[in-house]
Amino acid sequence: MNARDRILSKLRAAAPSTVPAAPLVGDWFASHRPAEDAAAKVQRFRHFIELAHAEVHSVNRGNWVQKLWEVLAAKELRRLLLAPETEHGARAFEALTELGVECTAYHQPIEQGKAVMFRHIPASLTGARAAIAETGTLILWPDVHEPRLMSLVPPVHIVLLDANKIYNTFFEAISSEGWGNTQTHALPTNALLVSGPSKTADIQQTLAYGAHGPKELVVLLLEESAQ
Amino acid sequence: MSQSHEHTLHFRPADGFRERAGEVVANPFLRQSFRGAMDFLMQKRAAQFPNPEELESLRSLGEQIRQYNLAKLPTLLEQLEANLTRNGIQVHWAETPEEANAIILGICHKHSAKLMVKGKSMVSEEIELNHAAEAAGIEALESDMGEYIVQLAHEKPSHIIMPAIHKTKEQIAKLFAENIPGVAYTDNVDALIQIGRQVLREKFEAADIGLSGVNFAVAETGTLCLVENEGNGRMCTTAPPVHIAITGIEKIVEKLEHVPPLYSLLTRSATGQNISTYFNMISGPRKPGEKDGPQEVHLVLLDNGRSQAYADEQLRKTLQCIRCGACMNHCPVYARIGGHAYGTTYPGPIGKIISPHLLGLEATAGLTTASSLCGACGEVCPVKIPIPELLIRLREESFSEPQANPVMRGQGAGHSPLISAIWRAWATVYASPALYRGVSWLGSRLRWLVPRRQGGWTRVRTPLQPAPKRLRDLLQDRN
Repeated sequence: MNARDRILSKLRAAAPSTVPAAPLVGDWFASHRPAEDAAAKVQRFRHFIELAHAEVHSVNRGNWVQKLWEVLAAKELRRLLLAPETEHGARAFEALTELGVECTAYHQPIEQGKAVMFRHIPASLTGARAAIAETGTLILWPDVHEPRLMSLVPPVHIVLLDANKIYNTFFEAISSEGWGNTQTHALPTNALLVSGPSKTADIQQTLAYGAHGPKELVVLLLEESAQ
Repeated sequence: MSQSHEHTLHFRPADGFRERAGEVVANPFLRQSFRGAMDFLMQKRAAQFPNPEELESLRSLGEQIRQYNLAKLPTLLEQLEANLTRNGIQVHWAETPEEANAIILGICHKHSAKLMVKGKSMVSEEIELNHAAEAAGIEALESDMGEYIVQLAHEKPSHIIMPAIHKTKEQIAKLFAENIPGVAYTDNVDALIQIGRQVLREKFEAADIGLSGVNFAVAETGTLCLVENEGNGRMCTTAPPVHIAITGIEKIVEKLEHVPPLYSLLTRSATGQNISTYFNMISGPRKPGEKDGPQEVHLVLLDNGRSQAYADEQLRKTLQCIRCGACMNHCPVYARIGGHAYGTTYPGPIGKIISPHLLGLEATAGLTTASSLCGACGEVCPVKIPIPELLIRLREESFSEPQANPVMRGQGAGHSPLISAIWRAWATVYASPALYRGVSWLGSRLRWLVPRRQGGWTRVRTPLQPAPKRLRDLLQDRN
């Protein structure tokens, strides 16, 4: 017998003969986390992610690239990592290149560009799949176009979020999108919840931002009615 | 039944526990550090649970989720293995720390690895991976800020969530200035964190292996979940070409929907955060076409005594733990003696009930007595582990007469025939009114015979001596 079989046989010999009833997680959320309307969800999301030190700008489909430019200008950022294959990436690429921002695409596997990524990219732009109001959380599903390190290594991470895609809770996101069902909705190799810029309180419980990930997190919140 | 449990580990919890605790109690700076930090964490947790009804119902749900999943543990482990394998994650099993180290170092050797960056993993502390890696010529570098500080000081974590809680910023400033080339003394916390960031960024870029722990492993999807604030966990699991995760066999949940309640209980109980900055769900290595992420992902499932706890219905509850550390934050003993005194990977109340399974009662028999049984740990536990009940149970296992087929390794290790005889005599006397009257009469007459030195009792207390008159006599005098 190998270690696997020995461990499993010990556990099997000792496992209780009856399994308790399956926990009713959905019932708990239904009774403790009432669903809110769109405006309340936006407000709650914004409150909590701002509390976690993220910078949030309300934008619309017409002006978000302008706001992006303003954010970059205010932070004196002249280079931006983005994904021209995505709709938002293409728009930003076109407009910002004209305005003199050096737009870099993540086209090579990281092995060919680790030094550039770690030392020369000051900021990145990605989309968000959705968000969570309860905790002020972005849901990111990195993919071929917007790989994992794009939202981690650059010191400033800018995220474009559609305000219509805010769930009440993490549980609601999982259950309504069916993440648990691998037949219909396989999770990506890496799925992320992000609730603010990187931080630590490991020295004397003093909160400091910019531990290992982004020092700043900027959310461009795409709302229909924003002026 | 006689299993070999040879350990080459460096934990010596039973030796010197009292002395180490004494040193901390005598050190006003350390006492202030721990007291201040625990008060801060208790307040932050309380602020996260303003509604007692909600807290209770969420704790009950957490308990139910953990008990349900533990009841199905062997099945879920197989399901997890099958789904991880399908996703391209390689699964390894280890019964002992030595086996786990051999697996991890074997993977390192296969890749001719020189540098391993580590995300925070208490299980890697449990197996003393850093020692094993160093002996094998591999640099194992901690990248969680607190763990990095502790490693730089050649110490061990003093708290499972806040490893460097025992250090002041001035001590850390000195440590950085003396050990990091080109760094001048500064005790500005932001500056110190930026120094750590700079040093470790170069390491993330250069590392051959990233090692991490696991907070929840989801069987139905084959997903490893990691909770963190700093981003070093994401770095370790994303930047290097190989990611190795290690976890105890108990951290499995069947369904992804079991995760949100446990995750919420974890961050709110641990640090009083409504959520951590990052929740990292890993379901596979880099796929063809993807541009980053590790080429290989491994999971090491470690038993190390957990199956012993699993075999007993009461002791199994120990495995419900989600490692939030709330029990130590609220423990009056931990707050006074700190994490190092225990000598075990896991200190505080949870350490006292899990360590005997990992290290045997031979090495841990005395730990359970370092408790006033005030019950705070059980009251705050987010998954309702009856810690005080388990402490009493483990005291019985430690100090009862050694039995033939014990449930626990080292059962009876603390047994003393003399003390047992004294308690047996005590029980006999107290069970018989006539005997009690006789003995108490003798006691009050022969009180001068009582020795001045009474073992452990008189180490820090005045000797016990029967009163010249019994209560019975005093009451009689009044009439």
